[in-house]
Amino acid sequence: MSESIDLAVIGAGPAGLAAATTASEHGLSVVLFDEQPAPGGQIFRNIEGVDRATMGDTLGEDYLKGGTIAEAFRKSSADYRPSATVWRVDPDGSLAWTDGTTARILKARRIIAATGAIERPVPIPGWTLSGVMAAGAAQILMKTASMVPDGPTVIAGNGPLLYLVANQLFKAGAEIAAILETTRFRDYLAAIPHAPAALRANEYLSKGARMMQHLRNKGFRIQSAVSNIRATGDGTLQKVIYTANTTEIEVKANTLLLHQGVIPNVQITRQVNANHEWYAPQRYWRPVTDEWGTTSVETLAIAGDGAGILGAEAAEVAGHLAALETVKRLGKIDEIDRDVQAGPLLREHNRLASIRPLLDKLYHPSAEILVPPDETTVCRCEEVTAGDIRQCVAEGATGPNQLKAYTRCGMGPCQGRMCGLTVSEVIADARDKPVEEIGYYRLRPPIKPVTLGELAAMEDT
Amino acid sequence: MYRRITDPKGGMVAIHFEGQRLQVPANETVAAAILAATPGYTRTTVVSGDKRAPYCMMGTCFECSMEIDGVQNRQACMTTVADGMIVKRQMGKREMPE
Repeated sequence: MSESIDLAVIGAGPAGLAAATTASEHGLSVVLFDEQPAPGGQIFRNIEGVDRATMGDTLGEDYLKGGTIAEAFRKSSADYRPSATVWRVDPDGSLAWTDGTTARILKARRIIAATGAIERPVPIPGWTLSGVMAAGAAQILMKTASMVPDGPTVIAGNGPLLYLVANQLFKAGAEIAAILETTRFRDYLAAIPHAPAALRANEYLSKGARMMQHLRNKGFRIQSAVSNIRATGDGTLQKVIYTANTTEIEVKANTLLLHQGVIPNVQITRQVNANHEWYAPQRYWRPVTDEWGTTSVETLAIAGDGAGILGAEAAEVAGHLAALETVKRLGKIDEIDRDVQAGPLLREHNRLASIRPLLDKLYHPSAEILVPPDETTVCRCEEVTAGDIRQCVAEGATGPNQLKAYTRCGMGPCQGRMCGLTVSEVIADARDKPVEEIGYYRLRPPIKPVTLGELAAMEDT
Repeated sequence: MYRRITDPKGGMVAIHFEGQRLQVPANETVAAAILAATPGYTRTTVVSGDKRAPYCMMGTCFECSMEIDGVQNRQACMTTVADGMIVKRQMGKREMPE
């Protein structure tokens, strides 16, 4: 028989930890699955194990306070399954997972997927070279291994994380050769009308200002309005080339950290075929959810950045909200109880969200990564370039799923995580249609690799 | 290539990577251990044989797919090192073992 419980939570970031804690406090039987060996998600990665004495100051207070969320979760009665990969979710509330040895099925009355965000892939010419990484990857190496890039490092793109990582790397002693931002003066102008609303969450504004000031105080000049960023080298990165003020500039570097914001991780919501909508300001897909995170698949709720990017604090609040709705649906509290407990949380969620219209205008993916030049690799697994995609469209490919048959684009091990958004954008651009009309890959399980051995070890269910 | 900025606390383990013996902190991921040991690559691609190295470090990009203890397609950034672990670069496309 497969295991049967009230609530399965997927992901141990702030949303998942909060959801599991609240649901178990209300008497639900809760299992939390997470791929990592310890709680925290990416934002609070290694929060229990980090070397606080030497890394605490570098990583900062916002990171360290994640310890409180993990602690509350550890004290809860939720059944925690670290190093566990969920590879299939079904609309009836069952899910398939593996501990790395044996695959198993679990049946839950409800599932809260708190699988958060991934960094937006930044397809530029040369981004497949060794030495080119996501900025978040460098941050993960600081958090988990107290490591920094060895040698001249360029940080390029836009968004709050870019400046945070630059500050952290500087404090940790990395050699920062250049900070390049794609943000232009007109982005600041476009953001100004949203500033009054953003004041409701003014802690973000003051933090942002502090980060920029720190960098300037250290003598860094942030090069703004950068375009045509590309990486060159023979197998490994040697130079970063970019354009600023119509001048082409070269910087020697052996590490290039790219960042242009984060996007919802839609692997689970796409695999169950939940409804998605196109969020135009940040040009990403997000599942359609109500205020409790419930998707078009009734048994499945999303908490946190997986439902749209609002950040770690809002994710924690959303975790509590999704849990309260689940507790209500499973009959432990009535609607009035839910609303009484949820009231302050909903107000805080709205307040935290009020910074987003400003951030959306200020930091958005640059046009050249949305529809990259022909020579750029889009699908890293199957090595399909933007030019290949345009050629296929000219030959009659109408959408991402047809493109698979032409090129295997999106059919490699990452299952479209790295190319999906770009493929839809490039096809939409080539066909002169809105992205909504072009759609996205149809995703099928297993959404993470599972070995034949793990499947063979499954008990009859 | 990456360097450690603190002295590792806690135990160390030895892993074998392409003929090298690496002494690494016991709680580190395979991908981190390799980034600190070599400026090189973790796999070659299935189509052109292009050399690739870890990009995301969070299980998304699959560029760190390696052969670990005889199992192919393991994500090195999602795998914690263990004493005696044998890590090989994953070269080109996969084949069924004989």
